[in-house]
Amino acid sequence: MQRLTGILDFQAQALTLRAERQRLIASNIANADTPGYVARDMDFAKALREATGSVATPGAMATTQPGHLSTTAGARDEAELLYASHAQDNVDRNTVDLDRERHSFADNSVKYEATLRFINGSVRNLLDAMKSHHGG
Amino acid sequence: MTMLKIFDVSGSAASAHSQRLSTVASNLANADTVAGPDGQAYKARQVVFQTTLMGEVGAAGVRVTNVVEDQTPGRRVHDPKHPSADSQGYVTYSNVNPVEEMVNMISASRSYQNNIEVMNTAKSLLLKTLQLGQA
Repeated sequence: MQRLTGILDFQAQALTLRAERQRLIASNIANADTPGYVARDMDFAKALREATGSVATPGAMATTQPGHLSTTAGARDEAELLYASHAQDNVDRNTVDLDRERHSFADNSVKYEATLRFINGSVRNLLDAMKSHHGG
Repeated sequence: MTMLKIFDVSGSAASAHSQRLSTVASNLANADTVAGPDGQAYKARQVVFQTTLMGEVGAAGVRVTNVVEDQTPGRRVHDPKHPSADSQGYVTYSNVNPVEEMVNMISASRSYQNNIEVMNTAKSLLLKTLQLGQA
């Protein structure tokens, strides 16, 4: 069963992280005119490595017993978010670069949708594999 | 639900910008008024934005904390025949700068559009997510 659903687990983690990044960029765009706001972003590759367990999440509790709680899938800690470096200084200390944010937003939307299609493909593969040979 | 929070975030920003836009409208409407309802010349108003946290990590909305009045003295024009002229023949107009207000209007309108676009994208992604596994 682990082999069947392993790929789905991975894609689900990726989808959760994509949704979180989407929300982060939406917050940046929403605060494009707020004085003193500092743009945030996440290192997606690092976050995915941590979420899928190939790298230890900083500050995560060790799970040594079956009953121990594990960290939530894809949940990011406030401290793990990065501050986007600003291209140009603003009088009101706002560091949102709207061009970059719009680019990141479009990029993240496409990748979110790609992940959705990967999941759909995996589900279809699983269903096909479960069908009997003669059942059509 | 992570994606649903985007509607809260962008919605708060859109309503903040529409309030900014209505402030601009009232400033522009009063650009040439001589006296307001209180007998004083109209003073230009500006909204003050502040980041507000929406309860989840990384979700930051916007709210209008205050509306401040520009305290610079109004434009004074020498026009002794005007009914509102003072003893020296000067009429005090509002201190609205129409050029600044037009720039403010364009900026507010663009930001509003940006947030609507963000919500549209989030909506279409969510609708596709709802169809997961049905294709």
